[in-house]
Amino acid sequence: MKASAFAYERATSVANALELLAVHGEKARVLSGGQSLLPAMNLRLVAPDVIVDIGELAELRGISVKGETLVIGALTRHADLLKSSDIVKCAPLLAAAVAHIAHPAIRNRGTIGGSLAQADPASELPACMLALRASIVVRGPGGERRIAAEEFFTGIYETKLEPQDLLVAVELPVADGGSAHFFQEFARRHGDYAIVGLAAQAARQGDGFADLRLGYFAVGDRPVLAKAAGKLTGVAITPARLAEASDALSRELDPHEDQQATPAMRRHLARLLLLRCVASLLNRPDLHIGGRA
Amino acid sequence: MTAPVAISLSVNGERVEARILPRLNLADFLREHLKLTGTHLGCEHGVCGACTVRVGGEIVRSCLMLAVQASGTAVETIEGLSDSGEIADLQAAFRDRNALQCGFCTPGMLMAAQDLLREKHMPSRDEIREHLSGNYCRCTGYQAIVDAVEMTARSRVESDA
Repeated sequence: MKASAFAYERATSVANALELLAVHGEKARVLSGGQSLLPAMNLRLVAPDVIVDIGELAELRGISVKGETLVIGALTRHADLLKSSDIVKCAPLLAAAVAHIAHPAIRNRGTIGGSLAQADPASELPACMLALRASIVVRGPGGERRIAAEEFFTGIYETKLEPQDLLVAVELPVADGGSAHFFQEFARRHGDYAIVGLAAQAARQGDGFADLRLGYFAVGDRPVLAKAAGKLTGVAITPARLAEASDALSRELDPHEDQQATPAMRRHLARLLLLRCVASLLNRPDLHIGGRA
Repeated sequence: MTAPVAISLSVNGERVEARILPRLNLADFLREHLKLTGTHLGCEHGVCGACTVRVGGEIVRSCLMLAVQASGTAVETIEGLSDSGEIADLQAAFRDRNALQCGFCTPGMLMAAQDLLREKHMPSRDEIREHLSGNYCRCTGYQAIVDAVEMTARSRVESDA
């Protein structure tokens, strides 16, 4: 199908974009790469009166390292993330995740800001933001503010963004030498939306974890930072402890049913990913082999 | 309030000026306004890859790009790549290996395959599959397509040597 008619405004600066959003409010949608918004418009799932195109705002594009913070502009494309040496060095989890986002032609247009603002619960980047303790930088009528990723995602396609807000960047703490990451998802075809996925960031300590953040996606109406990780920090990891954490994870998750999987199948796959994740992060294949999911 | 917008872009090396409605996507602009019907529209929501074109040298879904967003860019379609001879060997390999039956997906497949071959001279079969993973073919079962891309890569490497 084709998108319904709309008026088109091309923003000339961030200030101009904010003015346009202030004028049009809920009638407007922000267009960046368009790889989520345009399919939704073509399917007539959304029909905005006004499109505010921010695609030309070079000031929102790019990756920089400022001290201990990695700053990624909202218009940075998935293809840019994939090619960036700063991402490999400072946020290797993101580099691993982006390879799973759709296909090359879509990664050439889709942006990190667009993906986060869209807040599709099955997409990879929101879960990475939870695992990486990201701050989402937002500008609105009252100026600039930062929202912790854990607070930002509020439901399916819903975030803390107000209609007059513009997501301008994300800030991530630079990964230090002791940290490790894990990314895996189950999908019918490489690049399709995940059936269940896990983006994890950890700080190892001895034979366990000082810190473990498990960002699950496609397990509900928003990305989930699993509390079950708490059972695996500051303790020696044994198969029994891992089984306990896996049971806690299963109770904690409330997955949805759709054409791809039942809630029971999603719980099973989430537990399997937990085993694989811990075994991989600690380099302990024994924890996974023969492990009960 | 949905007034036509003036756009100016290059399509296969030729300057094009037009006035179009903002809702018009790039694929429909190419097909309906410029009569470049080699770019196919399958799903119109980014899943099938039949509408793949190059914008600024990079492959994109032309169903997921508004024509207004293409203003100021250089667009290349299958007609451009075909007429310039850039993919003549790839097209011949598709024919030789039976890598097409109905041909609907072929323009997008050729676009995506050539994109990979420009990036990497001798990709593995897995890499070929991954790069083409966003392009659906309902006829061939993909084996013959992977064969054709692999064969083209090999013959280009050999002719460079």
